[in-house]
Amino acid sequence: MSTQVGETQLGSPLNQKPTRKLSAKVRNNLWGYFFIGPFIIGFLSFTMIPIIASLYFAFTSYDLFSPPRWIGLENFQKMFTDDPRYLQSLKVTFIYVFGGVPLRLGFALAVAMLLNTASRAVGLYRTMYYLPSLIGGSVAVAIMWRNIFGDEGIVNLGLTFLGLDAVRWFGDPTAALWMLIFLSVWQFGSSMLIFLAGLKSIPQSYYEAASVDGATFFQKFYMITIPMLSPVMLFNMIMQTIAAFMTFVPAFIISKGTGDPLDGTLLYSLYLFKQGIEYFNMGYASAMAWVMLLIIAILTAIIFATARYWVHYESEGGR
Amino acid sequence: MAIAKTTSKSKYFLYHIIVGGFAILLLYPVVWLIFSSFKESADIFVTAETLIPNPFTFENYPQGWEGFGGYTFATFIKNTMIFVALMLVGHLVSCSLIAFGFARLKFFGRGFWFTIMLVTLMLPFEVVMIPQYIIFAKLGWLNSLKPLVVPGFFGHPFFIFLLVQFIRTIPRELDEAATIDGANTFKIYYKIILPLITPALATTAIFTFYWTWDNLLGPVLYLNSPSKYTVSMALNMFLSNETVSNYGAMFAMSVVTLIPVFVLFFFFQRYVVEGISTSGLKG
Repeated sequence: MSTQVGETQLGSPLNQKPTRKLSAKVRNNLWGYFFIGPFIIGFLSFTMIPIIASLYFAFTSYDLFSPPRWIGLENFQKMFTDDPRYLQSLKVTFIYVFGGVPLRLGFALAVAMLLNTASRAVGLYRTMYYLPSLIGGSVAVAIMWRNIFGDEGIVNLGLTFLGLDAVRWFGDPTAALWMLIFLSVWQFGSSMLIFLAGLKSIPQSYYEAASVDGATFFQKFYMITIPMLSPVMLFNMIMQTIAAFMTFVPAFIISKGTGDPLDGTLLYSLYLFKQGIEYFNMGYASAMAWVMLLIIAILTAIIFATARYWVHYESEGGR
Repeated sequence: MAIAKTTSKSKYFLYHIIVGGFAILLLYPVVWLIFSSFKESADIFVTAETLIPNPFTFENYPQGWEGFGGYTFATFIKNTMIFVALMLVGHLVSCSLIAFGFARLKFFGRGFWFTIMLVTLMLPFEVVMIPQYIIFAKLGWLNSLKPLVVPGFFGHPFFIFLLVQFIRTIPRELDEAATIDGANTFKIYYKIILPLITPALATTAIFTFYWTWDNLLGPVLYLNSPSKYTVSMALNMFLSNETVSNYGAMFAMSVVTLIPVFVLFFFFQRYVVEGISTSGLKG
């Protein structure tokens, strides 16, 4: 077996002149590695080597210009004992993730259920609800968001119109963070599309049978919709949590790269970027990246661990 | 009977008022941005509550188009188009090759590499950002497109996964028939599978366009001179140089950068919606 692997890694189909002499098995391996070769090369050079390098840098002090200096656990120590900005970025990010993701998924599910009807206008509505998601990652939208939340922006106009007090969104760290959370909730469209596809795959007969038995709307929701949709929900939850943890662009643009006011919008990625690229603390930034990876791994593990209590698979063969 | 009819009718109205009204509310900021780009800069926030510009002005567009540092938006758009074109070629070629390998060929270690690919799907970019930057800096690739496009030629896990799923729906009998006719593996990929997966390739192309067009972190990391800026980077610079009153020009260029996104969506909506619903691509 091991010699086979060695051969396959060397070989591209181009240097397999004595084709007839090669067994079918070897030939299959050659072809296989020829096709997925780009992935392996890319994975090693742009993911694997950087990850290992990053693990090494995490234990060093490194500014890119002088050679890295081994400092042991100092970076990690500093993070949790001697860097209030780090703890602030952690706090802000947790609020952003645990405030934004449930709201976003909740909206996505509610709207998907509203759109899961036979109305002819559904196509149009689906497009309208999806549009914010489509353009949401752009700089243009971040600029727009910055301006509608300005002191004289339309959000404050709306609040005064409803008889509420205007909010100084850029003056108060909490308000500024919620402004970012609203931006992520506003983009619930892609999750909605996934939920909508999930809802469409639930057999109508289940609901009909429940109706015959006299089930109410909420009973049907809890007993049919939620269990049937739970695998999709699990997928959405994991992907959205990871994506939320990595959010960079809106915080970067809306705060003009500062994390202001008072580090209220200093999301983890933004602080990591500032440490690494702005202050050239490559070692510290690498350590931060590893802590982030660990946090995400733990969160994902927790979600998966709870999955067996609430995720329902229709067939035994499910993932 | 008559009563039942009116209640169902009023229910119908209520449904459209709620669902439609909420949709309009969500999109209002975008509409406001577009209309405001035709207002005079000084008016934008003074008349924020009215939508229709009075007076109507087109001036913001040529003003914003001028750009900065001696480079107009024509340069930034050209730069972005080159970036997009290279990413398209890279992703379409590499992802289709890799996906074919995973979906159709039996080889030693296939399961292992497929798992690795699924793991990288969930790996946050931030973890590799710093070491990648260091590597590209040592290679002397800073201030060029290379660090942004070269990785694109080695596949992207999302699109590989999407294409693998799609190829698996194609009956294997087609491959077998071609093998009997004497086609080798590459020919099967090129002549049989490739033409059949065009819908999935279209989805790959559209999302590659969107992600490249919107990419800000990459250009912020690697491009320093205005002559190389992409549109997202240029817009970001607009904001950093934000002079007290030039909102009009900034809004106008924001609208310009959104146009291709909307146009593409208008024509290829089906692929976008299918791509998201079947593979969970983040749009």
